[in-house]
Amino acid sequence: MGWIGEQIDSVKSMQFRQLLTQAVSLGMIVTSALIIWKGLMCITGSESPVVVVLSGSMEPGFKRGDILFLHMSKEPIRAGEIVVFNVDGREIPIVHRVIKVHEREGSGEVDVLTKGDNNFGDDRLLYAEGQMWLQRHHIMGRAVGFLPYVGWVTIIMTEQPIIKYILIGALGLLVITSKE
Amino acid sequence: MHSFGYRANALLTFAVTILAVMCAIASVSDNFNSPSPTSQVQVLNINWFRNKPDGDDELSMTMNISADLQSLFTWNTKQIFVFLAAEYETPQNSLNQVSLWDGIIPAKEHARFYIHTTNKYRFVDQGSNLRERDFNMTLHWHVMPKTGKMFADKIVMTDMIFGAW
Repeated sequence: MGWIGEQIDSVKSMQFRQLLTQAVSLGMIVTSALIIWKGLMCITGSESPVVVVLSGSMEPGFKRGDILFLHMSKEPIRAGEIVVFNVDGREIPIVHRVIKVHEREGSGEVDVLTKGDNNFGDDRLLYAEGQMWLQRHHIMGRAVGFLPYVGWVTIIMTEQPIIKYILIGALGLLVITSKE
Repeated sequence: MHSFGYRANALLTFAVTILAVMCAIASVSDNFNSPSPTSQVQVLNINWFRNKPDGDDELSMTMNISADLQSLFTWNTKQIFVFLAAEYETPQNSLNQVSLWDGIIPAKEHARFYIHTTNKYRFVDQGSNLRERDFNMTLHWHVMPKTGKMFADKIVMTDMIFGAW
């Protein structure tokens, strides 16, 4: 009897250990993803280091589904740079090019006007009512790098949430059932 | 161990890694290109000048712009965005950059161009400082790659002065 009890205990402990290992490896995946994201935030100085282009207003340079890498440095903003900015009362940030810059003497404050390469007019219609210029605090970062198509993954997942749940479920199942 | 899923996963990982490395190499290869673009801008005429009701100066002018940007194109170049900006200093502002004209060059064949145009965007100052103002005409370009890092540079044209009118 003692022998059978030993076997059962051994199996039980095996399962417990395996479960623990899987929980730990799952935790490692989640935390390392978080570390990479936060690390990128530190390096680039931008609150969202990677953005997906959602509209065609910068075509043919940037198409919907392309990915942009942002950088936010202390350097002053200059005409021609592609910046990502937030407008008061709008949730989604916009990626457009700077066409006018007026930098104040002394304080270094800037007034900036943007325009989408593919748009006919400048962005004053997109800004909050009565807003003529963007200031420094509206700007989240400037685009420095470009990767085509990869952003489609995000777009599909936000527009078809069911695919996201299937994918997460499948991945979770894989992690749990995989054996070393 | 060598199930279908395992092999498919390994293949996908390998393919994505190779693709990422190739993108990185393509982007790095841009650094070996040392371009020598040229440009010339002439302001032919000040068409009109006015002081807007809100006190800001505005003017309209006619220009000749010619440039040769062919050497900027590499195999990783998708397009070049080029624009002409008037840059000047005023008592309130240490720098003013006003884009007057811009264009997208989709291919190397179109990178040598000549254009006769009025300013495409309104040339409005912040305040009333344009009269007899010293300014630079600067041709900027922004190289947009097929993948990787974006490049930008400029040519500053000689000083010009808006005469008294």
